[in-house]
Amino acid sequence: MSASTSGPLPTDPSLQTPATSSSAGFGGSGLRRNLGLVVALVVLCVAGAITAGDRFASVDNVVTILRLASGIGVVAIGMTFVITGGGIDLSVGAIVALASIWATTTGTQAMADNIGWIAMVFAALVVGAICGAINGLLIAYGKVVPFIATLAMLAGARGLAEIVSDRKTQIIRHQGFADFFGAEPLGIPVIVLIFVAVAAAGWFLLNRTTFGRRTFAVGGNPEAARLAGIKVQRHTVYLYALLGVCCGIGAVILMSRTTTGTSTHGMLWELDAIAAVVIGGTLLSGGRGTVTGTLFGVLIFTTLTNVFTLNNLSISAQAVAKGVIIVIAVLLQQRIANRTTS
Amino acid sequence: MPEPTPLLEMRDIVKEFPGVRALDGVDLTVRAGEVHCLLGQNGAGKSTLIKVLSGAHGVDGGTISWRGEQVAFANPQAALDTGIATIYQELDLVDGLSVADNIFLGHEKARGGITRDADMNRAARELLARLGHSEIRPTREVGSLSAAGKQIVSMARALSRDAQVIVMDEPSAVLDSDEVDGLFRVVDDLRTAGTAIIYISHRLEEIRRIGDRLTVLKDGRTVAGDLSATDTPTSELITLMTGREVSSVYPERPGVPDAAPLLVVDGLARTGEFSDVSFAVRPGEIVGLAGLVGAGRSEIVETVYGARKAHAGTVTVDGERLRPGAVASAVKAGIGLCPEERKSQGLVLDDAVYRNVSLASLPRFSRRGVTDESAERAAAQEVTRSVGVRPDDPDRIIRTLSGGNQQKVVLARWLLRDCRVLLLDEPTRGVDVGARAEIYTLIRSLADRGVAIVVVSSDIEEVLGLSDRVLVIADGSVVHDGASSAIDASGILDRIIAQHDRTHPSPDQEGDVA
Repeated sequence: MSASTSGPLPTDPSLQTPATSSSAGFGGSGLRRNLGLVVALVVLCVAGAITAGDRFASVDNVVTILRLASGIGVVAIGMTFVITGGGIDLSVGAIVALASIWATTTGTQAMADNIGWIAMVFAALVVGAICGAINGLLIAYGKVVPFIATLAMLAGARGLAEIVSDRKTQIIRHQGFADFFGAEPLGIPVIVLIFVAVAAAGWFLLNRTTFGRRTFAVGGNPEAARLAGIKVQRHTVYLYALLGVCCGIGAVILMSRTTTGTSTHGMLWELDAIAAVVIGGTLLSGGRGTVTGTLFGVLIFTTLTNVFTLNNLSISAQAVAKGVIIVIAVLLQQRIANRTTS
Repeated sequence: MPEPTPLLEMRDIVKEFPGVRALDGVDLTVRAGEVHCLLGQNGAGKSTLIKVLSGAHGVDGGTISWRGEQVAFANPQAALDTGIATIYQELDLVDGLSVADNIFLGHEKARGGITRDADMNRAARELLARLGHSEIRPTREVGSLSAAGKQIVSMARALSRDAQVIVMDEPSAVLDSDEVDGLFRVVDDLRTAGTAIIYISHRLEEIRRIGDRLTVLKDGRTVAGDLSATDTPTSELITLMTGREVSSVYPERPGVPDAAPLLVVDGLARTGEFSDVSFAVRPGEIVGLAGLVGAGRSEIVETVYGARKAHAGTVTVDGERLRPGAVASAVKAGIGLCPEERKSQGLVLDDAVYRNVSLASLPRFSRRGVTDESAERAAAQEVTRSVGVRPDDPDRIIRTLSGGNQQKVVLARWLLRDCRVLLLDEPTRGVDVGARAEIYTLIRSLADRGVAIVVVSSDIEEVLGLSDRVLVIADGSVVHDGASSAIDASGILDRIIAQHDRTHPSPDQEGDVA
């Protein structure tokens, strides 16, 4: 209803219905909102179980899927914040590459020999944070459109990674790093635990803190946020820096899985991350976002890759399937959104 | 009794935008515990003044004093910290957040950055109850509320700041009479508690009811301050606001030639918006659609234009029936629309004047899709000159023009296209008073050339002054159709109110209306 003359508030029929969702919705309403995603995941799992049998439906394979999901998953959670805040970041894959290179140079590994593997992790996180902050500063204060600013970072960061590494793959020789991140307490890999921890922290940050609340405001109505006294520019910088740190964590996870740092790490991750966020139900225009949805998005894509790999289908076929899934998921989300609002 | 130091004192405030001097010497003095009304026509500078006061705009000159000390509001936070909260007209809320989140946005109840949702919901519930709207649940998403509901949330937000000055920009515009009563109770409470209210409204009867003192703005200047809100005669206020005899602003009506109607609308309807709308416009005639915001006037002209698809009824131009819901069909028949949201629907703001003018007539300047720039520019400049766009520079970027000149560009576009029927939705919104008379003259001269014109305006005086015939629209129906000279403003209001009473019979039954 829009008209001023349409009567007093109690006549608004939607007042009588339960809330469709609050931004913090996680329980029942969150489940309903994510229904399409749950269905898609279930369909994929059934397809996997039918076509690959026990090779798919085993504890080992579930762990494999989660291991595969952890790196891109962490980046996608950071991306959820940036997109909810009204932005976009195309440079995440390049930042992952640069962070992985910086964390595995002979210099950094020598430092790790002295003070422990934490030096490598620290290097990855700092590189990620700096790249993210540069993105944020350019966008918030330089008034560069996010698409362009991060496109420049995409080219620049990967180029820098190639220069630093001389286009050579850098092997991780530090045993402590491999031991710590390769461990599997109770059968669960450490990198999966990191993914879970980042997801939980991300959910909490977005839904239970002033930072999260202001992220919705900055993305949904920046002028309203400004008039409410929120420092919109500074907040924007924080969002991109946060995503940069997530890229650093993603780099560490990828380094652990491959025991290398290379300038080709994270290739096309920007597309995978954005796709996962968008099919999860986060609005590309900002103002609405869900970490839970993003998790589903990531799991759908990695499960798809897993099912295709088990069936010896080509990477090209996977790409086509991914494209189809993105379209179907977004169409489905729109249908559901229309139904709940009308 | 000595005069206490005023809470807020603004002296000689100047604010400039590219192309306009929005504020040009505004004085405003507000004391604690008073309701200070700000009066002025559209474009007088009220909204700009509010934005200066709330820290949203910086100033280009003048001083602001708070309790006798000079202050400057560098940003909205500074104004809020000082104790000035603002309820904006354009409802500055975040649709995706809950009611409570919106109320406490920027000053969330939190410990160590972790929000205390239960506390916020409880406090929000109390604020909403204080406004008489305990039925709005704090957890509800703001995007799903009606315009009136959003207004209530905006008010709750201002209250939540515990401000010493609350600025209310036309708070009653989207409220019905019961809700206005509730609003006035709250205003009374606040005044008793020593809070100062700066109250902006077009409705004189509201100002009489709750105002203490008033300041009148005109053309970005204070023309009178410190008047009594209750005792100043209405005629004096109108003279102050308009600065001239009301009637002289409008061009003379030469009398419509007796020709067959050019535009005929018959039984037009859209479910939920308007029903059974019929009228005819002859060449050279100006027909005004009067009514309140939300009565369905914009919807009607957009349906005539084909931007909305009619559910029933027909539109005929010169005997030729238009396809419903097809803008191309309307444009081909010679209908032009100047939309209400000029900036978002009517103009390419970052493009040059001449390109905006030629936008609807490009085929005329193109051969196989390639445009002839010099012909395009020359033709565009000829029309912009004839309508008096200032400065006379076809390459000027639209954004840097004043509202009045932007409106002239929109009119020039349809002039270039040789429109036979023009639909003008709020043609003088955001146009300052001086330029308004020019727009009126321009519209009349278009009619004199034989164009049939439909004008939508919320300003009843404008509709009466400009048009030959008036249609009064209320709740989606035409409730009156007759010559402008045969009705006055109060007559129009009476008909709107009568229709409103018919559709909303009595307060007890309102729960069943929707």
